[in-house]
Amino acid sequence: MSELPRARELGLVGCRVCGLVCQDIFSLEAACPRCGARLGRSMAASVARTWALLLAAFILYIPANVVPIMRTVSLGDVDDNTILSGVVELWRNGSPGLAVIVFSASIVVPITKFLVLGMLLLSSQAGSGWARLQRALLFRATELVGYWSMLDVFVVALLTALVQFGIFSRVEPLPGVMYFGLTVVLTMLASMSFDPRLIWDGGESDD
Amino acid sequence: MLICAYCDTVYRRRPLAMGEVARCQRCNAELERHQRLGADALLALVFTALIVFVQANIWPIVTLGLNGRQVSTTLWGVILVTWRDHSLVVAMLVASTLFFFPLFRMLLLGWLLLYSRRRRRAPGFRHAMLALHYLRPWTMSEVFVLGALVSIVKAHVYFDVTPEAGIYAYAALMLLITLLTGFDLRRLWNLGEERA
Repeated sequence: MSELPRARELGLVGCRVCGLVCQDIFSLEAACPRCGARLGRSMAASVARTWALLLAAFILYIPANVVPIMRTVSLGDVDDNTILSGVVELWRNGSPGLAVIVFSASIVVPITKFLVLGMLLLSSQAGSGWARLQRALLFRATELVGYWSMLDVFVVALLTALVQFGIFSRVEPLPGVMYFGLTVVLTMLASMSFDPRLIWDGGESDD
Repeated sequence: MLICAYCDTVYRRRPLAMGEVARCQRCNAELERHQRLGADALLALVFTALIVFVQANIWPIVTLGLNGRQVSTTLWGVILVTWRDHSLVVAMLVASTLFFFPLFRMLLLGWLLLYSRRRRRAPGFRHAMLALHYLRPWTMSEVFVLGALVSIVKAHVYFDVTPEAGIYAYAALMLLITLLTGFDLRRLWNLGEERA
């Protein structure tokens, strides 16, 4: 192992909210004397909560993609768009560059988040020492880009408010956008409840 | 002392030079960053951000035109229309991540900074600090600016689109909020610790 000491080995614990360094009394009820946040670290609780949120997010992600998110009505002509068909339409008669951005935010980012968090949970549960540095980087990357997925929700909301031309043209939000918004919120909560210190706990490192 | 929040490695804290960033040697996460701005400069930024926030919310964002008819909207227009269209989840997401959370964050930070200039903890200090910590990831103004851009391009195919002043105010707000987010809240915990 490296010569860098870890708080756990020294009987210390860092508060996740305010950063105060505290003596670890190994109690789940322990609270930070400065900010009052919980200090106790329980691998089981963090892993179970993250799994629950991630699964809930994944379940909602299915209707988010299948159910249309937006309806365009113009002169009686009804056109429902899902997330994917919205991207295709933007590619065809808007700008391919923006279509790539929307595709990344609505599809690549959530799917990558499911895969990365799932992998992190499994490898932490196994106490694996595999590619710790890379896993730590992946976690921080998901934390950083996660909320950009809300892009499509804002687009639908803005278009709904703007396209209000009565029978000539109207845009309405459809339930898909609600499922999608909830998916994004749940994946954000999932990555917040994952304790990245778990990546470094357990067996010897390979590196 | 300082403990890396990402991997639990313990470090001895040392003062950082101008522009310096301390990184964890184990996991490469940022530990601490030199804080260039003092309380006064930050307070000025908070006030600027609040003024721009008001402008971004009262000025229309975009105007659409079709056959001589014009429709424009503000952020609150978006919230009310989606609410009326029974998309309560969308309305609440927009209202919280683009209006209430950014507003609360600016007000709370301003409140704490006003007192920190006199090296004191503001009334309600602990609750305000906790609220700031938990609200931090839920402010999405920059995503909204990109969303407005996508909406403009999408609507451009069928309508005459005119970007209004609100969108520029939003772009400015996005930069100001990013600057404020760069402020390390943990600095404020050191204020008047003897009273805690």
